[in-house]
Amino acid sequence: MDFYSGLRKLHQGLISREMTPADLVNFSLEQIKAVDMQVQAFVTVTEEQARVKAEQVRENGAEGILAGIPFALKDNMCTQGVETTCASRSLQGYKPPYSATVVERLERDHGILIGKLNMDEFAMGSSTENSSLCKTHNPWDFERVPGGSSGGPAAAVAAGMVPYALGSDTGGSIRQPAAFCGVVGLKPTYGLVSRYGLVAFASSLDQIGPITNSVEDAAIVLQSIAGPDRRDSTSVQRDVPNYIEGLTGDICGLKIGVAMEYFSPSIDQKVRAAVDSAILQLERLGAEMIKVSLPHTSYALSAYYLLAPAEASSNLARYDGVRYGYRAQDAENLLDMYRQTRSEGFGAEVKRRILIGTYALSSGYYDAYYKRAQQVRTLIAKDFDEAFAKVDVLLSPTTPTTAFRFGEKTEDPLMMYMNDICTIPVNLAGLPAISVPCGLADGLPVGLQLIGRMFDETTLLRTAHAYEQAAGFAPMRPALGVHA
Amino acid sequence: MTEFETVIGLEVHVELGTQTKIFCGCAVEFGAPPNTHVCPVCLGSPGALPVLNEEALKLAIRAALALNCTVRQESKFDRKNYFYPDSPKAYQISQYDEPVGEHGFIEITVQGEKKRIGITRVHLEEDAGKLTHSPYGDASLVDLNRVGIPLIEIVSEPDLRTAEEARLYLEELKSIMQYCAISECKMEEGSLRCDANISLREVGQRELGTKTEIKNMNSFRNVQRGLEYEEQRQKKMLLKNEKIVQQTMRFHEESGATVAMRSKEDAHDYRYFPEPDLPRISLSREYSEERRAEIPELPAERRQRFVEVYGLPLYDAEVLTVTKALADYFDGTASRVRDPKSASNWIMGDLLAHVKANGLEMEQVRVKPEQLAELIGVIEKGTISSKIAKNVLKEMLDSGKDAKVIIEEQGLIQISDEGQLREIALRIIATNKKSVEDFKAGKEKALGALVGQMMKETKGKANPQLVNQIMLALISD
Repeated sequence: MDFYSGLRKLHQGLISREMTPADLVNFSLEQIKAVDMQVQAFVTVTEEQARVKAEQVRENGAEGILAGIPFALKDNMCTQGVETTCASRSLQGYKPPYSATVVERLERDHGILIGKLNMDEFAMGSSTENSSLCKTHNPWDFERVPGGSSGGPAAAVAAGMVPYALGSDTGGSIRQPAAFCGVVGLKPTYGLVSRYGLVAFASSLDQIGPITNSVEDAAIVLQSIAGPDRRDSTSVQRDVPNYIEGLTGDICGLKIGVAMEYFSPSIDQKVRAAVDSAILQLERLGAEMIKVSLPHTSYALSAYYLLAPAEASSNLARYDGVRYGYRAQDAENLLDMYRQTRSEGFGAEVKRRILIGTYALSSGYYDAYYKRAQQVRTLIAKDFDEAFAKVDVLLSPTTPTTAFRFGEKTEDPLMMYMNDICTIPVNLAGLPAISVPCGLADGLPVGLQLIGRMFDETTLLRTAHAYEQAAGFAPMRPALGVHA
Repeated sequence: MTEFETVIGLEVHVELGTQTKIFCGCAVEFGAPPNTHVCPVCLGSPGALPVLNEEALKLAIRAALALNCTVRQESKFDRKNYFYPDSPKAYQISQYDEPVGEHGFIEITVQGEKKRIGITRVHLEEDAGKLTHSPYGDASLVDLNRVGIPLIEIVSEPDLRTAEEARLYLEELKSIMQYCAISECKMEEGSLRCDANISLREVGQRELGTKTEIKNMNSFRNVQRGLEYEEQRQKKMLLKNEKIVQQTMRFHEESGATVAMRSKEDAHDYRYFPEPDLPRISLSREYSEERRAEIPELPAERRQRFVEVYGLPLYDAEVLTVTKALADYFDGTASRVRDPKSASNWIMGDLLAHVKANGLEMEQVRVKPEQLAELIGVIEKGTISSKIAKNVLKEMLDSGKDAKVIIEEQGLIQISDEGQLREIALRIIATNKKSVEDFKAGKEKALGALVGQMMKETKGKANPQLVNQIMLALISD
């Protein structure tokens, strides 16, 4: 048994009684025991709960495609009664009183939660080094980061500990770690998947999505979690198409845009070579490559690093020690308690962003920073609108480089931020995008990013699927940390 | 000596009378045990999201329209950021630059003159929690039941010139809110709260003087007291050529004084920005018009109608329109009787005395308007006297029985049979020779004694006018 061969295969195994949900849970737990000492993707393993659930699923004979199959969640999705920490000291020991909508939906479909996964604190980071809990290692090379902020989910899927996991993506936090770990990562259109129960980082950018071994698996998981939720006013009221049926393998005549702004000299040559060969592969499938321009791309990073911190400064203000989570002891008065609690509860990157965001929203600076950044955001969305008048899908590398070494970028926040240069504009525009493996560079996975039209996950997934089937890279199995 | 003009503007918070909170499904209930009406959304649990209660939006629009505001077709929510334990998200969802309504007014009557007070804006927001100091030590207790109760903030233009005008404005505002069923406006329960901005300037000067803000005035009377005190305080300072410091003052109820709370330097920077968790609000014209249709006849129009249609004195009209329930009661009675003024007299007199003495709401009065109208009809027909009617009404208010039933049961029908009355009169004259002689000797008072004897004899049922006529005729011969 392994988890790389896909959800459909696991489902068939269950239906044909070759295996039981308990077998899958056992296998997942065994894999965790075997490799997570080194990978350190999990921060909580819900072993007992998973075993009980496996028994229940077997008893009620649920036959949905996700029924009886284990999954894991980034630790910023609320799970009732199960610790949800956002990898932050400020939420240590916090057990939410309710479960996120995505959790309810996967459980409705009889999925089995096996545990919670490491991340950069409050999803702020690109290497998972900002976790206050543990250091997650890239399954392809234990000396390297798994990417972030959904480093735990990407590493857990890549290491074969779970068949799929959910991550969240605010500026690339699903796609970048997926690229670094050689798995598939999908960021759906903003508003397609409910954010209810996702601990907010930047509310207007956050979106939950699947991290899987294949595009088909991503489609299967998306099918379960997508759709309107009355508890999230930003979730969009529209019918969810059948994504799985849309995976026809046929992209003949499809117009794919290649934006020159995403192929700057800062893109590593070997990454570029892998993406170039993906372009050739797509052309062989009958797609037409069209050069397009997204002229405001170079402003995206600056706009993002004002807007996301601004929202974060407000979203994270509630961690004040009054009601839940960490509270500093021996404070002399209220103000002192706030100061100490927040100084001790948050890590350096989180504090940096709270400060940036607070500054950007301050009276007298609002127009120059927050408002200006919103205007840039509008221009970036317009760039995409114009491009999508000519093409069906856009293509780029997911990241400028492959996975880097621990500590390589921690000294210079700006260098760390540059990692998300290809993924951030997509969040600003609210579009769907996917990272699929497109080969190796020096033995490390390279991700191809495809960007779709608003709510056109169908075309996006079909393109990614057709490419994946033709290219034959997926699923990519790392030789667990032994890097050639 | 320099003459000063006082300039006052009010910020009023009104709790909307919705069943549930503005962004979650928790019940709104005053006086519930602490922290019993809370959920992940109003507790600000990580990951929880607000969903707008449409009822709150509807009431806010209705309020804006009733205050003659323009309702914005496009509006939005913003976050007002501040740290305090009464705010579990550490921000309040409010409206900053696109309020539901703006550019309205309220008309008040000052010494017989109508005056228009401008309304700058009406915006929708959520209430905060309540902090109390623990009786057990140096801790603060936080009750979050109130978090998320929908509020509208109504900001007036600086058009008020006296503390009395401020009180009149508040009274009119409260009436309008109650008429439109927007809020109960109980200041003692905090469903109406008022902060005031006040400054002085020399008469004739255009620009405004430095203002102070007064908080913690928990009744209309205290608003007037606080403003009057602050007006004098500022005046004394200005006369001594001292500078007014822009600051927030707290009204101290026991002493009636205003005490400095914090200065402008301590003012918060609330770092407003658009609330990303809630979509913008776009209203169609039809939607606003539906809300306009929900507005009943407002107190000002009603007062005017009572004067013009029922011929009431302005004073009566003012008293009877204070609440919609009372005005409805009067309407229900007056429309069924020949003389509306008699309805006004009965309601403003015996009925309101009963309501006040028993601490009732109009809805709890056992006598319905049609029953009161019946009683007045019986008086108009002469079936019973006004004097007896007072007792009948008392009985009606206690038992809820109809007037006719009580009159029947107690045999209270007025004696208007002249023959019968003459017979009794002759008997009384026969036994009260002294009074008759006194009358003839010019003591007019003696007539009263004889009439009194007669009323006593008939247990008050004799028609007083007839008794007077008959007695006078008999003893004048």
